[in-house]
Amino acid sequence: MNRLAIPKTYKLYIGGKFPRSESGRVYEVRSHQGDFLANAAKGSRKDARDAVVAARGALGGWAGATAYNRGQVLYRIAELLEGRRVQFVDEIMGCEGVNAAVANAQVDEAIDRWVWYAGWADKYVQVAGNANPVSGPFFNLSVPEPTGVVAIIAPQGNESLLGLVSAIAPALVAGNTVVVVANENAPLSAISLGEVLATSDVPGGVVNIVTGSPAEIAPWLASHADVNALDLVGAGELDWVELQISAADTLKRVLPPESGEDAAAPALSRILAFTELKTVWHTKALL
Amino acid sequence: MKFLDYAPAPESKALLSLKSDYGLFINGEFTAGRGTPFQTINPATEQQIAMIATANEADVDDAVSAARLAYDGVWSRLTGSDRGKYLFRIARLVQERARELAVAETLDNGKPIKETRDVDIPLVAAWFFYYAGWADKLDHAGVGPNPAALGVAAQVIPWNFPLMMLAWKIAPALAAGNTVVLKPAETTSLTALLFAEILQQADLPDGVVNIITGDGGTGAALVNHPGINKVAFTGSTSVGRAIARSVAGTDKKLSLELGGKGANIVFDDAPIDQAVEGIVRGIFFNQGHVCCAGSRLLVQESIHDEVIDRLKRRMQTLRLGDPLDKNTDIGAINSAEQLARIRELSDLGEQEGAQRWSSDCVIPQEGFWFAPTIFTNVSTSHRIARDEIFGPVLSVLTFRTPAEAIAKANNTPYGLSAGIWSDKGSRILAVADKLRAGVIWANTFNQFDPSSPFGGYKESGYGREGGRHGLAAYLKPAVRSGSRSINAADQQATPVTKKSASASKKSASAEKAAK
Repeated sequence: MNRLAIPKTYKLYIGGKFPRSESGRVYEVRSHQGDFLANAAKGSRKDARDAVVAARGALGGWAGATAYNRGQVLYRIAELLEGRRVQFVDEIMGCEGVNAAVANAQVDEAIDRWVWYAGWADKYVQVAGNANPVSGPFFNLSVPEPTGVVAIIAPQGNESLLGLVSAIAPALVAGNTVVVVANENAPLSAISLGEVLATSDVPGGVVNIVTGSPAEIAPWLASHADVNALDLVGAGELDWVELQISAADTLKRVLPPESGEDAAAPALSRILAFTELKTVWHTKALL
Repeated sequence: MKFLDYAPAPESKALLSLKSDYGLFINGEFTAGRGTPFQTINPATEQQIAMIATANEADVDDAVSAARLAYDGVWSRLTGSDRGKYLFRIARLVQERARELAVAETLDNGKPIKETRDVDIPLVAAWFFYYAGWADKLDHAGVGPNPAALGVAAQVIPWNFPLMMLAWKIAPALAAGNTVVLKPAETTSLTALLFAEILQQADLPDGVVNIITGDGGTGAALVNHPGINKVAFTGSTSVGRAIARSVAGTDKKLSLELGGKGANIVFDDAPIDQAVEGIVRGIFFNQGHVCCAGSRLLVQESIHDEVIDRLKRRMQTLRLGDPLDKNTDIGAINSAEQLARIRELSDLGEQEGAQRWSSDCVIPQEGFWFAPTIFTNVSTSHRIARDEIFGPVLSVLTFRTPAEAIAKANNTPYGLSAGIWSDKGSRILAVADKLRAGVIWANTFNQFDPSSPFGGYKESGYGREGGRHGLAAYLKPAVRSGSRSINAADQQATPVTKKSASASKKSASAEKAAK
């Protein structure tokens, strides 16, 4: 007789903890064939706000960590993901109805993407910064810094884990903290990624994952005054123009939706999209 | 004459030959606008300088069409080095006509001639020189190999540094290969129209730069025009928000340089005399009509009284009056409207309990003037500590520790500029790291250079002007050919825009149906 399996309760990931939605709501996640997989938490406006509070609280520590340290922490995510790949392959096969080879390829790419972005942490400043030859007795240096709290609507397409990783990794490189609304139809790998983050060295609150309806949650994040930037990469099916208009009230930096194979493709420009260039003029003495 | 009395030393207006009416500059020639013309006045005398045309929507349309035609037919086909040569020519012509431009700017804007002569116009020339050299080196601009221009850039600029803001906008746009429609501020159109004459002298191809004048309605028509690819705006945060809303969902690239409430932090080990000069430069330069002004003085409590005493003494020597006089430090406020706003906020400062002190200076009978003013006993909740006054009004707050200074400096929705005064290098570096502002001046203030990027954090806008980074606002990466794998990394995906959004929705639903 087969052993009766222990199914997992999928909850939110906020501030390094796994709370249920404060609303008490859940929604059914079903496999491609229509079988019941889990009840995922249906995050609310207040969950999103709690996530922003957690992200703001974690910002000083994460942005203030050395670039070398952030790079190692991001690399450790890849290590842990590699070790738990079987779980992700199962979830992807269940949610997305793909075979093991396809699911494995997605996990491979997701792991490699963490490694690629991890390597940027102590290099993007050198590539994007500048020493400026001003015509005067000044030492003048421009360096990119993190924008702050970044709200992300994760890609809602077929590759749930890869889409999520592709969206959050570049924002983390520079030291931003993140509130991400996961893939609505395939949220399981997002919460499992939260477990990877929780057991890696990523400080609580640096990544906050809310499952539920992006259409319901996104407007609260777009208008939230303590969110500095909005990545609409996965918002193509929402009324994203309204979201962008709403974000304009607090002059958020906004990345538009992307579609197709190349959505959220790995790029230095995705890192720099959530940075601010600071230029400091230092007076030189006249000798 | 008493000590510190000076004989008048007015700069001559003789080298200016202004017209009584100015039209719009579209497709290389001046044409009459179809809106109602308006007068531009000298804010120091309230006398009319000239009548300026108003561009209505049809004129805006003509200007955008001319820019598009010039982009498709001429400018995008030129080599980078030829574009650069035009920019070098413009830089030289600005230098040659520098005195004339300085006088015109002072007449129209009200700022002192010593500033237009020594700061504004030299920086205009410097900006064109700097970006001229970039035109054939765009592979090194930081957006990848063989980057592409955006197309037609719509540029709307403010009245505080009229010709300098024009240069900040036009030079990088042309170097990157774009064509331009620029709208100067309503009260300061004059030097932009003189600049149009310089473009004629430079023989810049018709339509590459078009200058249309008018009020906010003209600006809105330009920004909302469907034929443009880029919007660059410098001005108030409220207008910036409106522009950000209006371009939402389009593929227009947007850069915004908006308001500020810069903190100028003076530590107890600062060289006080230099700091006082820096405080004066930070808030009284250009009558405080500076988005990056050091309008909040944060002074360490232990030296507060000494700094304020010395600052008041220094302020008593500031000479307010005829902007054309070479000895004038404080010129006229640019408009009656701005003067009313400065007065309103200053009165609020008193009502809220701050202590007001202004230097003794004789206010001329005609024109718009405001004496250099400081408020002490200001708390962080006061309107004068939060709102951008955009005038010669300084709010003084105190702090005890570096942490408190940083917290107070960052306690604003703005994030454009900040100053740090200290003799201790390690402290300057540590404090500079923590300030959320795009430009930080250590033991100096209000320095600008074309090689140095300028722009804000938070609600002070986004995008940078100046330096290599200033080019990125006018370029896009080469079209990718691609694989999504990390081996082909570092290319850009196609963003969804309003236009392509409905198409992609269709294809997405078709995909679903196919399954």
